[in-house]
Order: sequence, then structure tokens, then C-alpha cells
Amino acid sequence: MSVDLVANVVIAGVLTGLVYGLMALGLSVIFGVVRVVNFAHGEMMTVAMYAATILFAAFKLDPFLAMLPVAALFFVLGYALQAGLINPFITRPEHSQFMLLVAVAIVMVNAMLMIFGPDARNVQLDYQLESFEIGKILIDKARLYAAGAALVAAAALFCFFRYSLTGKAIRACADNYLGAKVVGLNVKKYYAFTFGLGSACVAVAGCAMALLVDVTPPLGPYYTLLAFVIVIVGGLGSMTGALLGGVLIGVSEALAGLFITPSAKSMFSFGLLILVLLLRPQGLLGRR
Amino acid sequence: MNRRNFNRALAASAALAAVPYVRAQSPKLKIGVILPKSGYLSFIGQSCQKGADLAPGVIRDLLGVDIELMNADFESNVDTARTRAERLIQEGANVLVGPFDSGAAAAIAQVAEQRGVPFVINIAAAPQITEQGYKFVFRNFQTAGDIVRNGLALMGELFQATNTVPRTAVFMHVNDTFGQAMAKGIGAFMPRLTQLPFKIVDTISYDPAAKDLTVEVSKAKAANADFLMLVCRLNDAIILRREMVKQRWNPMGIVSPGSPGMYEEQYFKALGKLSEHSISNVPWYNPNAKLTKVVEKAFLKQNPKDKLVFHGLNAGFTFEAILVAADAYKRAKSTDAKTLADAIRQTNITEKMTLGGPIKFNEKGQVEGIGSACVQNLNLTPTVVLPTNAATAKPVFPAPYYKK
Repeated sequence: MSVDLVANVVIAGVLTGLVYGLMALGLSVIFGVVRVVNFAHGEMMTVAMYAATILFAAFKLDPFLAMLPVAALFFVLGYALQAGLINPFITRPEHSQFMLLVAVAIVMVNAMLMIFGPDARNVQLDYQLESFEIGKILIDKARLYAAGAALVAAAALFCFFRYSLTGKAIRACADNYLGAKVVGLNVKKYYAFTFGLGSACVAVAGCAMALLVDVTPPLGPYYTLLAFVIVIVGGLGSMTGALLGGVLIGVSEALAGLFITPSAKSMFSFGLLILVLLLRPQGLLGRR
Repeated sequence: MNRRNFNRALAASAALAAVPYVRAQSPKLKIGVILPKSGYLSFIGQSCQKGADLAPGVIRDLLGVDIELMNADFESNVDTARTRAERLIQEGANVLVGPFDSGAAAAIAQVAEQRGVPFVINIAAAPQITEQGYKFVFRNFQTAGDIVRNGLALMGELFQATNTVPRTAVFMHVNDTFGQAMAKGIGAFMPRLTQLPFKIVDTISYDPAAKDLTVEVSKAKAANADFLMLVCRLNDAIILRREMVKQRWNPMGIVSPGSPGMYEEQYFKALGKLSEHSISNVPWYNPNAKLTKVVEKAFLKQNPKDKLVFHGLNAGFTFEAILVAADAYKRAKSTDAKTLADAIRQTNITEKMTLGGPIKFNEKGQVEGIGSACVQNLNLTPTVVLPTNAATAKPVFPAPYYKK
């Protein structure tokens, strides 16, 4: 097996993994702060992919340009979802939260089926079929741009949490719920803000993914599962862990496909998940 | 009330109760049509449905038989296919027709056999379905072995007709029931067909519901074969073709020894010019048959913006499966399951739409002698290029995009 073949496959795995990572980052941020596991995460990503295809069909808007309006819309929707629906469940048992978000996911999938039907939709841009050639290595343009967008979005999120006052307040809410309330922070408002941010992350990932994959309603549960695998591998609540998990899953699937058999790709991501759960249950970068 | 009066009243009420039952018996044959109208096989399922939708009108004119379709979507999921079949039978379906997919066909066949309801398979090729000794399962479609044998023979004819001698092929196939059956068939037939000039240098199986085929195509390209032999479905065929362009892999051509995907309307819609020159050696319809003209007219009436050529295989075999059920009902004059199954076993339909001999079931419930054609995408239309007597254009091989 030639080196350039392995390099091609690894690069594709890293690039796809970064987009997966951004999707999982939203899940990780929401859990890290709100302590609610969003079981409708993949479905939200699928809605974002539909939004990108609709904007493309209506206005010929490139999904990269669609990222800003779709992210803004998702921020508002995420905020409303947390403020209106999830906040009342914050103090309830975990199984209630689980059922609530599973119900939201089922409603979303069926609504998508009713609105868009079962047919696959996509965007068709010239550069989607083009590649950069570096020696014998071919890098898919759309995949490279999508990974770039994922990195920029992730960096923006890191900076927001590290340097902005709101970001610091959110981290305070995540670290010490009672302490945050004592110093006068409106914790539930920050929870809603965080859910909005996580949703915006998913929106950016969805727009990027629309360039790589045709969208159908049943994609939602698949992406929810994938996001869980990634954040558990990377460490639930860890932002860097989510990106690392995405890249690891992307690369391991690519290499398993190359060296063993392509039809057993997902088996390896679940194998990796079991390994991490056995050896480091908190995830690679998670805290106990 | 004395005992005599009580008995009279009982007899009278029993007679009254029987009246609505007799009235409720419909002269219509209820046909449960199970297709994958959502999920990854949705486009093909919807294409098959077009053949089912036109059947009641055409069959009423042809046979004077009234049929009622009970449509069900199995969502490209084998377990759902099983439950849909159960429900259709509970709701009164006299015959089941469908389902396009071998895995689903095997599941429905079990239900049909257990419940004693005839099941006419429109499209599904896994040989084992008609090898189980079932009494209620019938198939008017080639088995994987037949598809492969005919497909490989047409491949030989293709190379002869175009004076080409490809030496190597990389074989890619979906890893579902159908794909595995086809791979098994190719493994069994290839060594016997010494007249074929090529050998398979690598075999790559993949998930039919895959969303990304980067690794698979990289691996196939690295095999450096002369052409790609492909057993695919629809969505994966589209993804695969796009990936080939991205990875700048331009073999002599893409030739399917017998699978759906590359002649479907959605393949053309999604890929435009990239769909050109793909070749599928598949069971096909005879555009010159009398029945085809009738079906085409009904098809255009129901789908004015569409063309039968994009649905010929799916709609053709689905229509014929319903025709088999209606023809049996006409002869049996009964909706009784066993009588219907016996009548289906005696079927002999010579006026048919698809290529090959008459529709006659052997003792296993399988129709033999169904023909295949070499169908190439030319001018954004699936075009018969072989066998010569049915061809409407000459084959183009290697494809113009070929780069050694």
C-alpha cells in the first residue's frame, strides 16, 4: 500500500473529523454548562443542513455564506428552546430530561419528513467536485473549506469563553451553580445563552456538512449517535476533547476502511468508544 | 320465551348477521404493495410505485378485473417490511407485491408463508428467497445468478462490439443481501467465463447507506484497474461517481454486471453530464412490446412531466407483478389464498412488457428466461446498446473521459 494513498485517506479523515468535531462541540458545550444531554443534537444539525440547501435553492447562497444567518437563527431557536422548554426540567430527574429531548428529536424528524419528504437534497457548486493537488496528494476543496470553517468557529467559541465577560459568567455558572446565583448571575438566562451558542455551533457544522453529504431526515439520529461517540471519546464537557474526538473518529474510520474493510468503518469508531470507556471512562480530555 | 322461539330468534339473528358479511365481500382483489418509499432506497421505491399506480386502470381495461391497491412504505428497513406485511394481511390484503429489496423480500416471504397469503416479488434477486420450498412466494425477476450470468455475457459482447480488451477490473459492491448475492455469483461465474479478457484485481465492499465513499474510491483507484465493475444502489452510485471526479480517477468506464442505480432518473438529475457513459447490464423492458405501449400511455397520463424510460425496470416489473396477481384472480374467480396461489402457479402470460420469455413459474415459484440488456447512459437517457437486435444506439467504450 503506497504512502500517498495512506496520506490521502488520513487527510480526508482529519478534515471530515474536524466538521464532526464542531458538531460535537455544540453538544459538549451544552452539557458542560447546562448539564443536560441534548438528544436532539443530530436532528438540529439536519435541520441546519436543510436550511443551507433551501437558501442555496432559493438564492443560490453558498453554504459558507449561509453559515452566518443560519447560525443566528439557530442561536435564537436554541435560546428559546432552553428558556421555554428545557429550563423547567433542569431540576427534574435525568430520565425526564432524556424523555423530553428524545421527544423533541422525534418531533423534528417527523416534521422534516412532512415538510421535505424522504428525498435527498443537496447543494451543487462547481468547487465541490474540485481538488487541490500537492504532489500525489489530492485534497478535496469542499472538505478543506468545511474543515477550515469548523476550525474558525471552534476558535471563536474558545475565545468567547476565555475572554468575554459573558463567556466568563457562563463558565462561572458551569463551575458553581450556587455560587453563580449568590453573586447575582441570572443562571437560567446564561443557560439559555449557552444552548443558543451550542445550537449556533451545530448550525455552522450543518452548513459545512451540506457541502459533503446529501441531506435526508433520517440523518438526524445517525448524527446524534455520532456526536455522542465523539464527545464520550474526547471527554463530555471538554471543548478541545470534542474536536480531538472528532478527528480521532474521522481518522480511525478512514484507516479502518483502508486497512481492513470499508464496510466495517463504523465498527471501529464504536470499538474505540469501548476502549476509551474501559481505559479512561471520563474521555481522553475529560475531568473526573 | 320458550326453547323453540329462542332457537328461531337465534337462527334469524344469525341470518341477519350473515347479510352484511355477504355484502361486505368485495369483488375487488386487494393487493398490498410494499415498497421502500422513504430511506436510502426511496427514489427507487417511488419509481416502482409509479408502475403500481397505473396498474388498476390498465388491468381493468386489459382483463376486466378490479383491483384495489393497499400501499405501504417499509422505509428501507427490513424489520419495518415484516411489520408492514403483517399489517397489510390483517387489513385484508389478498396478495402482497413488492418490495424491490432482497433483504425485505426474504422477511416478507416468511410472513406470507406463515400467514398463507400469496406474495409476488417484483424486484429482488437473492437466490435463496425461492430456494426455501415456500408455497406462497413467487418471483418474476432474475435471481442474482441469472443477473450475473447475463450481465457478464453482455460485458463480453460489449468488449467485442467496441474492439476493446480491458485486462483488469476493480470490483466494488454494496454489502447488503443483494450485493453479497451478486458478489457470490460473480465469484462463482468468473472463473468459468474464460472468454472474458479481464481479471478482478481487487474487491471492495461498502455500506449501501454510506454517506461518504472517500476511502472506498481511494482504495479502488489505487488498484489501477482498467475499469470499474460496480454493484450498487442509487444514492451510493451518485456519491461514488462524484468521488471519482474529485479524486480524478478516470478508468475506461463503469460497468455494472446487473444492479440498480445508474439508469435511475435521480442519477441523471443529481449528476447531469457526469452520469454519461455509465453502463448497466440489467433486466430491462422491451420498448417495442404491445403491452409497453399501453403502459407507456397510462404512465404519461399519470406522470405528464416524466418518461417511462427512467422507470422502465422498476415500473415494468412492479406492473407485471400486479398483472400476475390480477391474471390469477381472473382465472381463480376467488380471493381464497390457496386458490389464488394455485392459479399463480399456473400463470402463462405471453403478452408482457419486459424482455425474455413468457411469465411462467417453475416448481420453486421462479420465472426463468427473463432477458437482460446492456443499457448505457447516452445523451442523459438510458439507452439500450446491446444486444444488437434491441439496440437503439452503439455502445461507447472506453468512455471519452478515460485517461490511461
